[in-house]
Amino acid sequence: MNTVMPAASAARRRHFDLSVPVLGALGLLLCGLVLLPLGWLAYYAFTDKDGGFTLANFVRIFTDPTFVEPFLRTSAIAVAVALASVVVAAPLAWLVARTDMPFRRWVRVMVTASFVTPPFLGAIAWEILAAPNAGMLNQLYQRLFARGPYDNLFDIYSEAGLVFVMTCYAFPYVFVLLANAIERIPGDLEDASSILGGGRWTTLRRVVFPMTLPALLAGALIAFLQAMTQFGAPAILALPAGFHVITTKIWSLFQYPPQPQLAAAAALPLLLVTVLLLQAQRRLLGRRGYTVTGGKSGMARPLSLGKWRWPALALALVVMTMTILLPYAALIKASFLRTASDPLTWEKFTLYNYQWIYSFPESRTAFFNSFSIGLMSATCGAALSLVVASLAAQRGFFGARALGVLATSPVAIPGIVLGVGLFLSYTRPPLVLYGTPWILLLAFVTIELPAAYQQLEAALLGLHPELEEASRILGAGRLRVLIQITAPLIATSVVATWCFIFIGAIRELSATIMLTTAKTKLVSILIYDLNESGDLGLIAVLGLTLLAVTFAVVGFVNRVAGLRQGSARAVRNY
Amino acid sequence: MPRFVRSFAALPVITASMLFASLMTGNAIAAGPAPSPVTPALVSAAVKEGTVTFYTSIDLQVAQDLATAFQNKYPGITVQVERSGAERIYQRITEEYGSNIHNVDVVDSSDAANLVDYKQRNWLAAYVPADVGKWPARQRDPDGFFAADRATLSVIGYNTQLIQPADAPKSYADLLAPKWKGKIVKAHPAYSGNIMTATYEISKAPGLGWAYMQKLAQQGIMQVQSSTEPPKKLALGERPVMFDGNEYNALMLIDTQAPIAIVYPTEGTPLVSGAAGLMKDAPHPNAARLFDSYLFSAEGQQLLVTTGELRSFNPGVTEPANRVPLSKIKVFTADPAEQIKAVDDIKQKYAEYFGT
Repeated sequence: MNTVMPAASAARRRHFDLSVPVLGALGLLLCGLVLLPLGWLAYYAFTDKDGGFTLANFVRIFTDPTFVEPFLRTSAIAVAVALASVVVAAPLAWLVARTDMPFRRWVRVMVTASFVTPPFLGAIAWEILAAPNAGMLNQLYQRLFARGPYDNLFDIYSEAGLVFVMTCYAFPYVFVLLANAIERIPGDLEDASSILGGGRWTTLRRVVFPMTLPALLAGALIAFLQAMTQFGAPAILALPAGFHVITTKIWSLFQYPPQPQLAAAAALPLLLVTVLLLQAQRRLLGRRGYTVTGGKSGMARPLSLGKWRWPALALALVVMTMTILLPYAALIKASFLRTASDPLTWEKFTLYNYQWIYSFPESRTAFFNSFSIGLMSATCGAALSLVVASLAAQRGFFGARALGVLATSPVAIPGIVLGVGLFLSYTRPPLVLYGTPWILLLAFVTIELPAAYQQLEAALLGLHPELEEASRILGAGRLRVLIQITAPLIATSVVATWCFIFIGAIRELSATIMLTTAKTKLVSILIYDLNESGDLGLIAVLGLTLLAVTFAVVGFVNRVAGLRQGSARAVRNY
Repeated sequence: MPRFVRSFAALPVITASMLFASLMTGNAIAAGPAPSPVTPALVSAAVKEGTVTFYTSIDLQVAQDLATAFQNKYPGITVQVERSGAERIYQRITEEYGSNIHNVDVVDSSDAANLVDYKQRNWLAAYVPADVGKWPARQRDPDGFFAADRATLSVIGYNTQLIQPADAPKSYADLLAPKWKGKIVKAHPAYSGNIMTATYEISKAPGLGWAYMQKLAQQGIMQVQSSTEPPKKLALGERPVMFDGNEYNALMLIDTQAPIAIVYPTEGTPLVSGAAGLMKDAPHPNAARLFDSYLFSAEGQQLLVTTGELRSFNPGVTEPANRVPLSKIKVFTADPAEQIKAVDDIKQKYAEYFGT
């Protein structure tokens, strides 16, 4: 000890704490990421073609029926998606988190894994399933019930069809939030309720429901925002039906001659609605939030469903059939056929689509781009959010809180709005990033930053500060503490965050559609292009391959991290 | 094999260029540069560049066949195919050039008016491949900046499993009958150059025009984007009838036994001449010239005709026996220089009538 102490304090004097300039640099970087695109967006929204100030863009979007209609329709669709997501997710989350439904763990894993499916791929799969005439389900119905050729059960090219598909890929958000919230309700509260004479239904209504209400509302809000700001599924399903939603309308404004001023003006209300709703949610949660205080309460006992166990499982299976089994079955079938609606017989079976895609040089380029940009985004995003989260977690440090606010602010920026903003910012000097992978990297990191930051912030809050303090006392700078002490301790969360950003980058289309060029084509864009020329078999091969490689990468990263995690645990035990 | 097409197969074959020789108005002698042959020096300079980027609106699988054939002929040069709708390609190039990104070497578009626009913006290089010297004057730019690298028709079509030939529509007027409500698929002029040109021609056709399109919009059509897609939707059985779509995609599907038949409407069928040229700021100028020469050569054109079922203006090309020769089809034609003035109006009216 005697020998260590002076050395440490000497080291402390010698090494200037790097975290102050780093903090400043990070603050500037985050400002650049967020404020630059929004600034240009606002500038364009209030200017005319010659650069003069005008309100004409707003007058136009609020009076021209070709804008007003998509706005109204998008709102109605988003409300419907939010309601439907809650209706599907709430019972399922309760069954998984609170009952003895068979295979409940599996159901949970599967629903969470369905997050990996990009919504645009799901929409195309549902085209194959439920297009009014060629859809597999409609053909099955016609055959089973001896109906005529135009007698259909489903029409996916409709508002209802769009709501259905968007719900399939929005409800997992609600599900995960709700299942976690329900799990956190201490069993004692339910016990108390039943001791006081409350029946099962009363307990559900008066204990479980109010305690999960904040999560329910938060989930509904996320589903609403997802539906309102999504580009892929509407572009695939709404345009054939002959209507626009707001995102497809904004995209159409970039057709020649481009009207970026109108696009910027149409994007701002989307931004405004998102900010207001998030604000409302914060207020709502502030008032209705329940704090579960006290030490560890008894683990909740799963509620026995009795004879309802199997019907409950059947319900869960129906949901998974819609979101996973049927879409992937349809994609697999289409991948082996020249014409997707043909029956899959030996005679019609072909590997043509696989051969074509695997020998098509552009698909190799697209896979290379998607995965290299995905890996870069995940690595940069995880590193950035780790640094920001750990700096922000050190209380009493000036500017740290502001940094946290900056990092979470992109949550209010819909992908297509950010896409327009980045396009306007980086197609001009001094930084012409349009046409390079960097602009996509910027987009993906910005889009995923809030969730990544929150995930790591939560992980850091669960750490005991003693270890970090010990290291600081021994003279390590904040950055060194972060690299040597903090990061290994929360390795699992960092890996989870990495995977989250990676998957997010792979399934992104709203911003991507604005920002790719021929040289930076991604798999998502290739799929979208092929959809516009109607090559369903080729899309199926691309989509299935994309999914397989994504799972492989995520699995590999988790495995490698699993080894490291062992050493982190050893440190913690020590 | 659809009977309708078969019945024409026995007719004498007349090449498209013969038809166009007869259509030519004002035999202006081209004042552009003299046709350039492919020299060994060009080939070796192109191989040194190693890559050529081809922006095109030809169906992806046909464009890729062309690229592969070129690569086999000139080993060491990779063709990067960027395929999208003609209007999307146009949007991409204007965006890229707006940001000083010079990525494209050779550009092909089914909307020849796009090439007229590039020429006016001074983005094209004057280059006349040897074979283009044999082109009908109407199908090449007099200053040598571009020429028609392919043509196709926008045809009516139907699914032969869902509709008997006797019940099939024969004309555009037929498609307004109540029985076709909710049964028609069509492509989008703001995406597809073929459809942009076809819509322009229909809007000018006597007896049709925008009044006709307005009535068609009431038929509950299914709106797809690319003109390559309606024939594919017919093959799926998703809709029994297509209002417009590429003849070449329909013919290719017929070649693979898909249950499709083509109808050349009695009023006339829109003929769409595409165009191709090379960019002045092409990053691979030699490879661009070599590829452009191949695209217009008898070999390249024959590939587009045989595997891609497109129509060609190269007199050296052999017409497949199983399709109706152009001379037997009453066609609508367009002057790209006039069409370019109508583009914005077409997009606006179309969005108003059809919703997107």
